[in-house]
Amino acid sequence: MSARTARVLPGFSLSLGVTLLFVSLILLLPMTSLIGQLSTLSWSQYWAAITDPRLIASYKVTLLAALAASLFNALFGLLMAWVLARYTFPGKRILDALMDLPFALPTAVAGITLATLYSRNGAMGSLLEPLGIEVAYTWLGIALAMAFTSVPFVVRTVQPVLEDLPGQADEAALTLGASNLYAFRRVILPHIWPAVVTGTGLSFARSLGEFGAVIFIAGNMPYRTEVVSLMMATRLEEYDYAGAAAIASLVMLVSLLLLLAINLWQGRFYRRLHGGRH
Amino acid sequence: MKRIGDGAATRIGLIALAVILTTLFLVIPLAGIFYQAFAEGMAPFWQNLTSTFTREAIGLTLLIALLTVPVNLIFGIFLAWLVTRFAFPGRRILQTLIDIPFAVSPVVAGLLYLLLYGRTGWLGSLLSEQDVQLMFSWPGMVLVTVFVTCPFVARELIPLMQAQGSAEEEAGVTLGAGGWTLFRRITLPNIRWALVYGVILTNARAIGEFGAVSVVSGSIRGETINLPLQVELLYQDYNTVGAFTSAALLAALAIVTLMIKAVLEWHTHRREKTA
Repeated sequence: MSARTARVLPGFSLSLGVTLLFVSLILLLPMTSLIGQLSTLSWSQYWAAITDPRLIASYKVTLLAALAASLFNALFGLLMAWVLARYTFPGKRILDALMDLPFALPTAVAGITLATLYSRNGAMGSLLEPLGIEVAYTWLGIALAMAFTSVPFVVRTVQPVLEDLPGQADEAALTLGASNLYAFRRVILPHIWPAVVTGTGLSFARSLGEFGAVIFIAGNMPYRTEVVSLMMATRLEEYDYAGAAAIASLVMLVSLLLLLAINLWQGRFYRRLHGGRH
Repeated sequence: MKRIGDGAATRIGLIALAVILTTLFLVIPLAGIFYQAFAEGMAPFWQNLTSTFTREAIGLTLLIALLTVPVNLIFGIFLAWLVTRFAFPGRRILQTLIDIPFAVSPVVAGLLYLLLYGRTGWLGSLLSEQDVQLMFSWPGMVLVTVFVTCPFVARELIPLMQAQGSAEEEAGVTLGAGGWTLFRRITLPNIRWALVYGVILTNARAIGEFGAVSVVSGSIRGETINLPLQVELLYQDYNTVGAFTSAALLAALAIVTLMIKAVLEWHTHRREKTA
């Protein structure tokens, strides 16, 4: 669309004005305060703030749990997207609606529920304990909470792609004598792979920052089950604003890089799909 | 037509696996909320639900949602109109900026506002000279909720308005329609379901926001405790039934949200098929 035809429509300056005002006040202004707070720190103070041993332990726990959660969601999401896109069965609408539950349910509610269910005398925890599996107050519980809150990402990115896939491709592969598994791997998977990666990436990004669902089941033991979001909250409670700001700057940098990588990946995928037109 | 995975064994096996995993992973926790809320019978549930503490928390939760949703609805429409109907330098940067609240931890969102409006922040100290305190009070909670939920409406509208294009609106302009008429008569009917969906998502998140709000709330009883914070507070006090009563209220709202969403989707599907 050229700029000439674009300006036929009214409201350019009004919508630009409203948007810029809102973005400046709500998004940019608070970010200036982060830069202001960081500028009170010297480099060595900043470095010390982000390399505190207890904090490094929390980086490891958060990364490990987020990785496990997003890998689980990649598999679970792929299964659910496939079942919802390909089959019809009674109760499918309910199953479909349930996939959005983790976004609709407040994270604190998910948090106390999972913590209660998987505690040693909870319904699930008491079943798992004889098997020697401890979920509550371990990194596994953190991963469980992260996985719960980010379920919809993979399902909802893969499902529409599967629905748009023409049936002829399936038929051709099967007619040529491919087995179901082989045909899935060679025909379906290459097509949905970018969506799976995008969904998993979003799930990972969300898991890294998860707070409400995690803090209840984590037990928050220093050096063992503290996540990075909790460390920021702890610094704030100690009125160590500069320390919290230092961690926040790192967290924001990582999230923005992840977001950028996901957007670039998605852009490449769409360009390939639409033959260079975007 | 033969399709991959259509054999009876594969189909039934995969559906069964999906149902079992969903039950374990999503249905049991959902049922657990209500089970815990009613664990000691109807009376304690009712007592908790009608207590002053809960009533105040419900009031604050509604206030936050009531102020957040209209602000983000208006902003979302303007942003979507700007981004999909005009070409201008910086359009992509704008779209990426809007995604920031989506990508960062809610604790970071709360922290950004605390640094700005808190006593040490430059704006906060300016305001405190005027005796205005935004942090550790409900206006601060509204502000962070606006921050956290600002992408939802726009994210629903932008893809739809991009796909629909501006031909209809351009025709309206040639026929002499003004801006407001154009929006009311052409754009709004086209985007209304996406708009409703965006509002529902914004509302659900505004009601349930915890991390960002907890940073700026200060947990003042009767003043800055909304339902999610009340859930946390009661749970930490070992008042399990109390915590799960408020949790059940929030879960019921979540179920209503899911039902409205399902109806909306069914509606758009049907329209697409008849169109």
